[in-house]
Amino acid sequence: MDGSLLELIGIEKSFGDAKVLQGISLTAAQGEFITLLGASGCGKTTTLRIIAGLETPDKGQVLLSGTDMTHAEPNRRDVNTVFQNYALFPHMNVAQNIGYSLKLRKAPKEEIRRRVGEMLELVQLPGFERRAPGELSGGQKQRVAIARALIGKPRLLLLDEPLGALDLQLRRQMQLELKRLQKKLGITFIYITHDQEEALNMSDRIAVMKDGLFQQVGTPAQVYDSPKTSYVARFVGAANLIHGTVQEVRGDMALFTSTDGSGRFLTRGHAFAQGQPVTLALRGEQAAALEDSGREEPGLMGTVKEKSFAGGMLRITVGLPSGGEFACFRHGIDSDLAPGGRVKIQWEPAAACPVDL
Amino acid sequence: MKPKKKNKGALAALPLYIFTLVFVLGPLLYMLALSFMTRAETWGVVPEFTLENYANIFQPVYLSTFWESIKLAALSTVLVVLIGYPFGYFMAKLTAKWKKRTMMLLMIPFWTSSLLRLYGWIIIFRAGGVLDSVLMSLHITSGPLKLLYTYPAVVVGMVYALVPFMIFAVYSSAEKLDFSLVEAARDLGATPFKAFWTVSLKLTLPGLLSGVVLTFVPSMGLFFIADILGGNKVVLVGSLIQEQLLKAHNWPFAAALSVALLLLTTLLLFLYRKAAGVKDLEGLV
Repeated sequence: MDGSLLELIGIEKSFGDAKVLQGISLTAAQGEFITLLGASGCGKTTTLRIIAGLETPDKGQVLLSGTDMTHAEPNRRDVNTVFQNYALFPHMNVAQNIGYSLKLRKAPKEEIRRRVGEMLELVQLPGFERRAPGELSGGQKQRVAIARALIGKPRLLLLDEPLGALDLQLRRQMQLELKRLQKKLGITFIYITHDQEEALNMSDRIAVMKDGLFQQVGTPAQVYDSPKTSYVARFVGAANLIHGTVQEVRGDMALFTSTDGSGRFLTRGHAFAQGQPVTLALRGEQAAALEDSGREEPGLMGTVKEKSFAGGMLRITVGLPSGGEFACFRHGIDSDLAPGGRVKIQWEPAAACPVDL
Repeated sequence: MKPKKKNKGALAALPLYIFTLVFVLGPLLYMLALSFMTRAETWGVVPEFTLENYANIFQPVYLSTFWESIKLAALSTVLVVLIGYPFGYFMAKLTAKWKKRTMMLLMIPFWTSSLLRLYGWIIIFRAGGVLDSVLMSLHITSGPLKLLYTYPAVVVGMVYALVPFMIFAVYSSAEKLDFSLVEAARDLGATPFKAFWTVSLKLTLPGLLSGVVLTFVPSMGLFFIADILGGNKVVLVGSLIQEQLLKAHNWPFAAALSVALLLLTTLLLFLYRKAAGVKDLEGLV
């Protein structure tokens, strides 16, 4: 069965001289939750607008359920969007906003009234029919925008940073609610965010974008544990990057050396040759800064620069001889290590992931 | 604290009150008083109360003048809407640089006297004038159109004079329109026309409605356009008042006509506001 609901093939788009999308391809299956993750200006909103039909790509194709819809008008697509600024119609009340698409389809009044009631129930705003958009809080506007986009039962829902304007607590709550909605309705979501936690929490798959290209498309676990590029490692996992030279390869285990020391890593299917430069991503909570025992063991040498406690973890910043910094995390509020102390950073070989630059 | 603040505000507005009393209410009352007085045998008025001036208005010839004025004002307003609304709407979508330039082009004519600009139309319209020579050299017409001193010439003059006000009113409304709302409508299944009809038009309606007021009210009284471009063929209330005042020296009747025009315009505005169902016409009514 060819279950792909949406297919993007080699999409390119420029605005003037700026090449915003440089050839991106993506497939989404029915009921999948896909997040486009990237910093602002990486082209994620443009991607969404191309799927919605609000922009036309310069090159490439947009297929919906196997049909080429690249040049179809937005109103001809079975796709709805939740806009970043909600875009609620200020001259209509909540019920009129939500029922807008049904009214366009000339649905009977009674049916519109009933379905609007159901949608308000679904987004937990029962009885809000007669309110004006101006009287709603940010979270309520968000729910109305979602209800308005969902009432037409689209097969694909596009969400452009829907929680961007909400405070942290409300964000968390809405994340859970959105996920619940998506599971319940079985609709494919394409979700935009620049918040990696949000992406990791909600998505079936994450597409990490940078400069109009997908750096990596994969499950949250893949993206988090096996970043493909240094950008993904830093952006998603806030990982440390180590640059070195491959010293020896034995099976799937390899040893590298650098000016800061040496260490082991798993090749993860890459073919490494001796003398080849390598970049490794290593997350702080998987590396330990230990007092230097002077023994001949692999590890990076450094000096403790500072310690700070946040989020239940102690962050130890280690200055490396090469001038770089390495952040280690450990549980607990303090450690014996004092600023200025000599330490060695060590890790399990599986924790270090070779990445493209 | 609050009453004090209010007093201060009222004090600051005092010059405005005085100005209004002296220059608006005063002449209005004077006009109202005149309209109930009797015309003197030779020149001026005699302070003798009469309702005859108002009774005179109901002569068929004057009633039809009022009717003609309303018809011309309505026709001009419709044409001004048809030209001015799209202009103002699309002007709001231009880039900042082109908005400025377009605004400039609209403002420049205001730097010269409107009377002079009307004489410009005479040069265009008169037999063998600019319009005729262009049309004839393009072989669209074979002889002069003799447009000057006709009804269409008056309509063109009215529309020309009033269309900028509509453009400005619509523009100020359309500039505030958030285009993502139109995109949202399209996304929810609206055709471009439907999206315009249900979202853009509804949200720029205050501008359009103010523009209608700004067009309709002056066009009821713009007598000099009808005089200059219509000759004596198109007689409007405005020209009638002017004629009674300056040529016939019948001040009381001119005053009565003015009061009637004022009441009629106010009544039409009132009905219009009721029909439009808009409480605030951007502060105009």
